[in-house]
Amino acid sequence: MAFELPGGVASRPATEADAVDGVQPELVAEPATVEEAAAVLREATAAGKRVVCRGAGTKLGWGNPPTGAEIILSSARLDRILEHAEGDLIVKAEAGVPLEALQAAVGEAGQLLALNPPSAGGGATLGGIVAANASGSWRLRYGTVRDLLIGITVVLADGTIAHAGGKVVKNVAGYDLGKLFTGSLGTLGLIAEVTFRLHPRTPDRATTRLRLEPDRPEQAGAAVSAILGSQLVPTTLDLHWPDPAGHGTLLLSFEGTAPGPVDQAKAAAALLGLGEGEGPGERPGEGPGKNGTPPPEGGPPDFNLSAREPWLPRLSTGKASETGVLVKAACAPSELPGAIRDLWEAAGTHGLRAGLAGQPGSVVLYATLDGGGADALVGAVEEARKRLLGRGGSLVVLGAPLEVKRRLDVWGPVGDALPLMRRVKERFDPNGTMSPGRFVGGI
Amino acid sequence: MDRAQLIRRLAEAVGPGGIITERNQLRTYECDGLAAFRVIPSVVVLPETTEQAQGVVRVCREAGVPFVARGSGTGLSGGALPLADGVLIVLARMRRVVEVDLPNQRVVVEPGVLNLQVTKEVAPHGYYYAPDPSSQQVCSIGGNVAENSGGAHCLKYGFTTNHVTGLELVLPDGELAHLGGKAPDPPGYDLIGAFVGSEGTLGIATKVTVRILRKPEAVRTLLAAFDGTDDAGEAVSGVIGAGIVPAAIEMMDALAIEAAEAAVHPNYPDAGAVLIVELDGPAPEVEVQFNQVEAICRDSGATELRVAADDEERALFWKGRKSAFAAVGRISPDYYVQDGVIPRTALPEVLREISRMAAERGLRVANVFHAGDGNLHPLVLYDAAVEGQEQRAEELSAEILFVCLRHGGSITGEHGVGFDKKQYLPRQFSADDLDTMQLVRCAFDPDSRSNPGKVFPTPRLCGERPGPRRVHPVEQAGLAEVF
Repeated sequence: MAFELPGGVASRPATEADAVDGVQPELVAEPATVEEAAAVLREATAAGKRVVCRGAGTKLGWGNPPTGAEIILSSARLDRILEHAEGDLIVKAEAGVPLEALQAAVGEAGQLLALNPPSAGGGATLGGIVAANASGSWRLRYGTVRDLLIGITVVLADGTIAHAGGKVVKNVAGYDLGKLFTGSLGTLGLIAEVTFRLHPRTPDRATTRLRLEPDRPEQAGAAVSAILGSQLVPTTLDLHWPDPAGHGTLLLSFEGTAPGPVDQAKAAAALLGLGEGEGPGERPGEGPGKNGTPPPEGGPPDFNLSAREPWLPRLSTGKASETGVLVKAACAPSELPGAIRDLWEAAGTHGLRAGLAGQPGSVVLYATLDGGGADALVGAVEEARKRLLGRGGSLVVLGAPLEVKRRLDVWGPVGDALPLMRRVKERFDPNGTMSPGRFVGGI
Repeated sequence: MDRAQLIRRLAEAVGPGGIITERNQLRTYECDGLAAFRVIPSVVVLPETTEQAQGVVRVCREAGVPFVARGSGTGLSGGALPLADGVLIVLARMRRVVEVDLPNQRVVVEPGVLNLQVTKEVAPHGYYYAPDPSSQQVCSIGGNVAENSGGAHCLKYGFTTNHVTGLELVLPDGELAHLGGKAPDPPGYDLIGAFVGSEGTLGIATKVTVRILRKPEAVRTLLAAFDGTDDAGEAVSGVIGAGIVPAAIEMMDALAIEAAEAAVHPNYPDAGAVLIVELDGPAPEVEVQFNQVEAICRDSGATELRVAADDEERALFWKGRKSAFAAVGRISPDYYVQDGVIPRTALPEVLREISRMAAERGLRVANVFHAGDGNLHPLVLYDAAVEGQEQRAEELSAEILFVCLRHGGSITGEHGVGFDKKQYLPRQFSADDLDTMQLVRCAFDPDSRSNPGKVFPTPRLCGERPGPRRVHPVEQAGLAEVF
């Protein structure tokens, strides 16, 4: 029997382009209000339909293939900025607002939302960024979604509309559902509205660059450890290493009020043993300037190395390549050199090429493993994961050919908390409506 | 299982030295930092290890007895108020520093470790633990995790939840769960985010991994005096509007200054309001911004500016602020400590409203607050010996929260909902909001055994279908006495 959406909700039949990891939905619903979204979910659950929430779709390749997805719940029409309280440095918006549009709006007041995930360039929405817990190079200074999200409106599978947090930064009333939904990949409900704290834009910036010798991740480890152990306050610390046989780059940026950034960049250069002239680079005129004009395209200042890398297109578009996988490796900073070698060696032993980019201060590294068949890709992921788990870290597959994905758990093990996570899922979505099968442990 | 059997089983779990059953001794634990509520627990246990804590929770499960976990008992919302028929699990003996990992900027501690102890462990190496509640010399990390404790410096550095990266939990069914660790972005739901600030209702944290920070290169502290809170508030807006994120901006009004002077003699100027503004970070940056802050304060009508010459003077500035709650005892026989939050820009209006409401009731309110993030701590002064004053003070204290909510704020910024404010939570959140939060509770604690009767006013029982709301059995039993 054909499923009928509640009256008045915009929708269209799904096409092949709407497929989620090879699962073909029947229709795409585009509610224009939170109440309409609630009606869609209530009816879908009652009809036993399964729902995948979608923003711009830039990270739709994350997660395991769903066990079913008859309806795509699109946030395309939930695209209003609801409140920007400049003096309070907060903004509330619907989930479908693209991050770049929000940055342009708050940028006019000399403010920014301190999130710069690579997917922002592909039109990523606020809801999608929260659901996927996407982050970029600013995480070093400003943290990630969990550190910036102060309020949330969610819609559960049964149509319940619930709020948590609020519009004040300091608030301990009630449970923090915002953090629970952050990174839940649409498996607990729809993220419908989000409230973030903002930061002032910084007027000045300077950078320092360190060239890394081929095949010497220990050099990167020592440099990162020196920076983290110093009193310098970098805004970003990025690693870029497209090929183990070639040079890598560590790029530091310092933002603040002159002369602070330049002084800090010089101090960083000295700390890293760089001579005069090869270290700091000042880029006058490039900063957004809190009273000046917004940067080109209205976006945040682009020091997001991984976003600019053409060899990592899947980070910004979410499109999986047919010949490679994209993984996210995380570990503690002291494990950085070992983790880089893990990724290189896991690729090498399976005849694959490995390129790296990421934030070595955290440590979060994105790697492409390319140039082999499904067996090699699966083998390399499993080996790299085993090694990273041994270091107390994790390895998550963010993009892979479907054949590879079907043979892997993209998340890896989550330990003895899995039963508890299952219970959370069962309480929020007892019928398994929301993105079933996409999350850890098949949740 | 009767009480004698329960005691026997608990003693097996924690050893004979780890259990308290005598009424006189139990009385020590009858309240936390909010002494208005007192309940003598049935039994107190003091586990020394995770295994012992787990053993206790398992006994509670088998006996069908609820439990309350307690750290140092400094909480101000009655979150650690015992249950008359429940077990109080005191974690003060679990105070090992398990690991100090400087390269990864992490410290792993047991829940009874005191907040300040974490900083003491790492200070010789140039690090510190950022969350700094005023009670930091005596409050425990476990309690901080339960309450998501803040402090003066959370404006720039965030709250406990922003500094916890790993937890070992004893869940209410007695099972262990390990969340996070030292690596970022662990796959799976962010249950650390759900647990921190859950006020003891989701289980017991038995190990906590916290982030430590490198000490800033420079710290500069300014004390600025103003004729009144309006001028001081204008200065705060000016600083934030200039794109400066201070480590802290604190405000005290005339009455709070008077109290602090009487108690700890910080030698504050005679003024209608003082601001303490602290900047930290790389030296050149701090220098530039500090000059900006001084100029903004002058433009806003500051009558006096004092710059802390050294750590000693800085400590004196802070001593007056951090001891303000207790200091009010010098100028009033009794007082309520309130904790509410408003959007910072509403500050002048809300202060006027509070002052008007106080005048109507013939009461005085001393104001101490984290001005940078709009977290108010109005202290409502009264004399219980004067008939009717206590009731009027209680009403005023509640009315202040309603003002905060009308301005889009919160009923608590850092003290928690606990037992004290649970009846106000439905004014901030709808029934659907609370029921949705309750889903988290049901996932962790379907039998409502971990600190029942706190945070939520009348929680629907797990498994219950939506319908008419019922009074929770714990409330029905009248397990708490209200003095």
